[in-house]
Amino acid sequence: MADKVLMKGNEAIAEAAIKAGCRHYFGYPITPQTEVAAYMAKRMPKIGGTFLQAESEIAAINMVYGVASAGLRVMTSSSSPGISLKGEGISYLAGADLPALVVNVQRGGPGLGGIQPSQSDYFQSTRGGGHGDYHMIVLAPSSVQEMAEMTVKGFELADKYRMTAMVLADGTMGQMMEPVDLNFEVAPAPEKPWATTGTEMKRKHNIVNSLSLVPEELEKLNIARFERYELVKRNETMYEEYMMDDADIAIAAFGIAARVSKNAVNEARKRGIKAGLIRPITLWPFPDAPFKKAATHVKQFISVELNMGQMIEDVRLASECKVPVTLCNRVGGMIPSPEQVLDAIVKASK
Amino acid sequence: MSTKQYLFSGFGGQGILFAGKFIAYKGLIEDKQVSWLPSYGPEMRGGTASCSVIVSDEPVGSPIVTYPDVLVAMNLPSLDRFESKVAPGGVIFLDSSLIEREVTRTDVTVHRIPATKLAGENGFPTLANMIIVGKILKELGEYNDEGLKAALAKVISAKHADMMEVNRKAIDLGASL
Repeated sequence: MADKVLMKGNEAIAEAAIKAGCRHYFGYPITPQTEVAAYMAKRMPKIGGTFLQAESEIAAINMVYGVASAGLRVMTSSSSPGISLKGEGISYLAGADLPALVVNVQRGGPGLGGIQPSQSDYFQSTRGGGHGDYHMIVLAPSSVQEMAEMTVKGFELADKYRMTAMVLADGTMGQMMEPVDLNFEVAPAPEKPWATTGTEMKRKHNIVNSLSLVPEELEKLNIARFERYELVKRNETMYEEYMMDDADIAIAAFGIAARVSKNAVNEARKRGIKAGLIRPITLWPFPDAPFKKAATHVKQFISVELNMGQMIEDVRLASECKVPVTLCNRVGGMIPSPEQVLDAIVKASK
Repeated sequence: MSTKQYLFSGFGGQGILFAGKFIAYKGLIEDKQVSWLPSYGPEMRGGTASCSVIVSDEPVGSPIVTYPDVLVAMNLPSLDRFESKVAPGGVIFLDSSLIEREVTRTDVTVHRIPATKLAGENGFPTLANMIIVGKILKELGEYNDEGLKAALAKVISAKHADMMEVNRKAIDLGASL
């Protein structure tokens, strides 16, 4: 343990990205994710990489598009309002089937909002965020260690399925320090025969584009893309179950909300209430299975979120509304306390 | 199992985050589970700063400390804000050079340390925080040479290695009180 280091979540993301072979980072500062950019600014020049602070978020995401087209691992990071600006570019990445990593360290909104932690970009992240029919793979870490691991996973999945992966964190996860072990193996990036790397007059040129003016063709592209999404759903869904085996009441929570909820579950158990927790790690694809299973033995789900109730819709869909689903939340940069979650559990148990 | 929840609070510039980081690293070195969460709002810029530190034998759940076992208050606004939150039976360490009023709670232990004054008198005016850290280590029975040295080596970067000795002096001064 003593060889572990304490790192901020934001720094762990940056270092893990470098470990995953990312040598191109484009960003624009915004609290509470600025440490990602600051870390990259320090490290990239030392390892032959590129750190570039773009003139805007829109420019940054389009630089990501460029590097992704060339088949290299590339990322950008921002916080909520900045991610909205990147929305157009993310849609273009999806339309061109380009792998990239986008990190969103969420803050309270809407609009410019505040700078304290939030999970109010759940809809934006899991439904695509930009225009058009598409999804991102959305990973929700709940420790600094997972910030690092999900970053690596994000690059791997992005390459495997030619999709954008998003690490969806929040201000707490970005700012807190915890022990991190970065001594894990990263598989090398796969070959990318579609990349625009120059033909050297030896092959037909590759085209990376999101424009397709023939509707019959565009329909085919969309359907093929969603067939790939089905594979992602089947193969890549991740979640953690905590004390769910005999649970009467199940909390649904991700990221920081899941940590707070774990405290509440432990306290409820001490009081003889059989509470459990389902923590989605992939928010898209959403882990339907554990909710469907739990709906056969719990009498209520409580969705604990730092928003006005967004994931709750997926909990209802996944559990097919077989038991009531209630909301326990704080918003605007506030975080539910374990006591608030415990109160909700006690109320549900009566 | 044992879990200790610390809340460090004071003005920006008093080394609040640094003191918290030291305690977190000391826990890490001693094979504990730890978390450190700073306030990162606009109050960082010259106003109040605080940080939550948890040191535990168990994995840390919520990293947010609402009801600290140990409160460090290095200015009056911090004591005013957090005194009522300290867990019953908890401990308050306050800088009595900057806080004149008494603690009103009767169910907590209070250590009044004239840290800022002592730091000035001893030639390390910026290390009032580490004097308080020394006192904490002594009162909680956590003072040990090896852990201390290792934690200092972690929180003080190689670039500032010359600060090692004076930090140690401040800690030892606090522990001698």
